[in-house]
Amino acid sequence: MTTEPLWEVFIRSRRGLSHVHAGSLHAADAEMALRNARDVYTRREEGVSIWVVPASAIEASSPEEKDSFFDPAGDKGYRHPTFYHVPEGVQHL
Amino acid sequence: MYGNDYETPDAQRARQLEDTPESFRELLATEGRVEPRDEMPDAYRRTLVRQIAQHAHSEIIGMQPEGNWISRAPSLRRKAILMAKVQDEAGHGLYLYAAAETLGVDRADLLDALHSGRQKYSSIFNYPTLTWADVGAIGWLVDGAAIVNQVPLCRCSYGPYARAMVRVCKEESFHQRQGFEILHTLSHGSPAQKAMAQDAVDRYWFPALMMFGPPDDNSPNSARSMAWGIKRHSNDDLRQRFVDMTVPQAQALDLTLPDPEIRWNEDRGHHDFAEIDFTELFEVIKGNGPCNQQRMEHKVRAHEEGAWVREAAAAFAAKQAAGEGAA
Amino acid sequence: MTKGLTRYLLALGDDALVSSQRMAWWISRSPQIEEDIAMANLGLDQLGQARSLLAYAGEVEGNGRSEDDLAYLRDERDFLNVCLVEREQKDFGVAMVRLLMFSAWQHELYAALTGSTDLTLAGVAGKAVKETAYHLDHAEHWVLRLGDGTEESHLRMQAALDAEWPWLAELFDNSFVNEDLLLQGIAIDPASLRESVEGRIAGVIGRATLARPDVADALSRGREGRHTEQMGYLLAEMQHLARSHPEVTW
Repeated sequence: MTTEPLWEVFIRSRRGLSHVHAGSLHAADAEMALRNARDVYTRREEGVSIWVVPASAIEASSPEEKDSFFDPAGDKGYRHPTFYHVPEGVQHL
Repeated sequence: MYGNDYETPDAQRARQLEDTPESFRELLATEGRVEPRDEMPDAYRRTLVRQIAQHAHSEIIGMQPEGNWISRAPSLRRKAILMAKVQDEAGHGLYLYAAAETLGVDRADLLDALHSGRQKYSSIFNYPTLTWADVGAIGWLVDGAAIVNQVPLCRCSYGPYARAMVRVCKEESFHQRQGFEILHTLSHGSPAQKAMAQDAVDRYWFPALMMFGPPDDNSPNSARSMAWGIKRHSNDDLRQRFVDMTVPQAQALDLTLPDPEIRWNEDRGHHDFAEIDFTELFEVIKGNGPCNQQRMEHKVRAHEEGAWVREAAAAFAAKQAAGEGAA
Repeated sequence: MTKGLTRYLLALGDDALVSSQRMAWWISRSPQIEEDIAMANLGLDQLGQARSLLAYAGEVEGNGRSEDDLAYLRDERDFLNVCLVEREQKDFGVAMVRLLMFSAWQHELYAALTGSTDLTLAGVAGKAVKETAYHLDHAEHWVLRLGDGTEESHLRMQAALDAEWPWLAELFDNSFVNEDLLLQGIAIDPASLRESVEGRIAGVIGRATLARPDVADALSRGREGRHTEQMGYLLAEMQHLARSHPEVTW
């Protein structure tokens, strides 16, 4: 049985915003995938620009790596402005 | 089910989660959401694949009864609405197949399971659409029941399914309304139109109630699905919610629901309604509904007649890829 | 003059309406779910064009006929669409070849009509020209893939092309267009589109490794209301419910 490759679809909803994952679809090649994405995912004016990416091209982090990938960022509050004390009355800081 | 009678809901949930990986229990307890690459029990995965695939098949087969009236829609405005609605159903089927595919199955295999009868679709679509009013009744009652079923699924524990349902629910909001509008126009039109509307409601009411599945005391997998966060409410609760919503709408339509026992029960704070005779539903599930055969033939024929197109597209893509590689 | 414009609008509106009716058949029958959705979009665009054109035709005619009166209550001999679009298309190859021909023509026509001195018609054309650009793109992509896909698909596409080609010429028939409409810059002479439309089609079929058919034109007289036998059945199906309940609202 022929199985068309799976594509992930990313849509920019308005100019000025990033492309956001909208969903997936099947198509034999990239040109058809783009057209299918237009027909499937922008029927209600959801987009002004579309990306399609072969699902097989996506490398994803795995849940097992969750602790080593993401926990180390947890104790570094000094990356956020709220970490710092600003004396009363000081402005534009 | 006697064994469950004296269990508290919490105890029942805990029992259903015995023997599942700790990481999975923790996810359900803390995040409430499971994502494709998380560790999950095989039974959870299998249940989801079966449920999502059946849901997708229902959307796809559900295109046929209403599609049956596109060519005959009585005004161009109605024709456009109906085309857009049936198109949405194709889209919903597509989103749901994609959600199932995140669990490691292939859409082609799911379609194969549908075509060979190994997987089912909702029995409601094995009833015929005999008149134009049936398009209205499907929108109002069948989509209405589907929405009651689907809204809680937007909070389902499996992320891709929940996200697909959010999109589906958003798009479906016009479906029920257009059905209601069709019936309202008919019931306030000529006597023949009104009779057409009443006849459609008479035929679709009980099948719509049966869409919520068997009564709770006869629904073996419900408790587990609830513990897993796939299901949030029992069949009977959802059915009751639908009846309570629909009774006042029927009054606004000036149409009668074909159940003389429907009445408001002050004590319960709900409408009482007649006990449903499920024998017919089980006949339809077994394959003896008026349209089971026709629906499957239609679907299988379309798939087979499209094979040369899909093969050609794949061959062209392969040639292009080879050409790019050579260049 | 009014009569001439009404007739012109009806012809273009009927083309779109009848094509949409055939396109809608594919929803639930196409080769893949994605294509069901695409074909529904094509049909909806065409239906939208038909509604605008028929509504305007009724307005110009001045007898109080609505888009629905014109779609549902005229008989076969009063429909002015070309025969190309009314014939059955239950083969995907035929559907895409026909879409290539029809959308290539519609696209050129609407592009020219955006400059019509009739501002309503120019407005309809302005919207339709974008839609038909997409239809043409869709048809081109499929004809290319099917013509240059497998051996089987190549044979089927050549057969489809051979079957549709005789019906292409009627799109350039200008006998139904009133001379005054042309002089006043309201209408476009379809004969003037022939070279560019055929050139566009020839380019696509060449790239699709298909041969331009060497066949005679069919005696296609839809613009005079002389249709194929299939047209009566299409209308019988489309109109029967509306006609069974006269004078009601749906």
